[in-house]
Amino acid sequence: MATLRDIKRRIKAVQSTSKITKAMKMVAASKFRKAQQRMFELRPYAERMNVILSGLAGSVEGDMHPLLAVRPRKNVEVFVVTSDRGLCGAFNTNILKAASKHIADLRTEGFNVTVSAVGRKAKDYFKRRNVVLRNSWTGISGKISYSNAQEIAVDVIESYTNETVDEVIIVYNEFKSVVAQKVVIARLLPLAPIASAEADLPVFNFIYEPSIEEIFGKLVPKNVEIQIYRALLESQASEEAARMSAMENATKSANEMISRLSLQYNKARQASITKELMDIVGGVEALKG
Amino acid sequence: MAEGKLLLEIVTPQGLVFSEEVDEVTGTGSEGEFGVLPGHVPFVTILKIGMLTCKRGNELKIFFVNWGYAEIGADKVMVLADSAERSDEIDVERARAAMKRAEERLKKAEEVDFKRAESSLERAVTRMQVVELRRLK
Repeated sequence: MATLRDIKRRIKAVQSTSKITKAMKMVAASKFRKAQQRMFELRPYAERMNVILSGLAGSVEGDMHPLLAVRPRKNVEVFVVTSDRGLCGAFNTNILKAASKHIADLRTEGFNVTVSAVGRKAKDYFKRRNVVLRNSWTGISGKISYSNAQEIAVDVIESYTNETVDEVIIVYNEFKSVVAQKVVIARLLPLAPIASAEADLPVFNFIYEPSIEEIFGKLVPKNVEIQIYRALLESQASEEAARMSAMENATKSANEMISRLSLQYNKARQASITKELMDIVGGVEALKG
Repeated sequence: MAEGKLLLEIVTPQGLVFSEEVDEVTGTGSEGEFGVLPGHVPFVTILKIGMLTCKRGNELKIFFVNWGYAEIGADKVMVLADSAERSDEIDVERARAAMKRAEERLKKAEEVDFKRAESSLERAVTRMQVVELRRLK
């Protein structure tokens, strides 16, 4: 049986672990609030962008934009968004599992699959597997800025326009609530056709400068940037939320363990006192004899 | 909405920067500067890296806008920009440092980064112009 000192040492160890997990939970909570804030901040921009694009889509004729054109699929890229750091429960596992399954499905359908990854977890995971890792971005989770999204968008758009890939699928964790994240698998490119604004809206005769095609041509890639940025922010908020609940659980289990160990400790202490008493009583009896 | 006013809205992915009623707006479009007064014809343009100013009474506000899209209606100016800063939010020291960096890169003339260096130089210079203009007014 463990000695008193052993148990005491273990209690101390578990106590310091629980302190750490508690602190991590607090940090994650504050980071989560920030990430959520930024998600909300993006909303007005994204909404107005949609209004404008659908307004323009009605007036642009012909092949609207190369990024909207659907080509026969041959090379498919899977764009996976994970975090750089672990200790966030099943956050990365869920994503990677879903992505691997999707990749396997695409392969059985006969497509060439390449992967690009955001976050060290995805990069390491796919490096070890039999997958073509086309590009990866690490070191940005936790401090995502719009320019990160722009950088990624430029790369993705380029590989699409020069026909290295014919379709881009994005896989990321969508933020549902603090306790629930949902893995989303969605098509990033070609962009879903933009529904033109409803016909009964008053049609203004806008003056376009330089030209409507040029404006539309600039806004479509911008839309890709926004979608990537949104996915990054969603993933960020989900990551911190997942970490929060993972750390909460860890703290809870640590506390449970502490109370169990304390019980064991007290029992052992009592046993040793009883034993000592018996010894003393035994000694007294012997002397009497 | 008050008669003869323009609602100016500046939105970026980082949030709503500005939303107020003003008398007059000027901006830097892809084809040059333009001014907007209430009752302007519907007009859509791309904004380059540049200044955007608005006037209400005697009060002048100056913004730095980094690429954007502007939709102008009779009583409304809506700007979607990559980033926008009010003149008093601009960090002059940072802009100056950025300018130096960009100039050095341009001297080396590495072709790969030429465009990037050029546009970051443009941004830095415009930022400093904005600050300068504010000091003069």
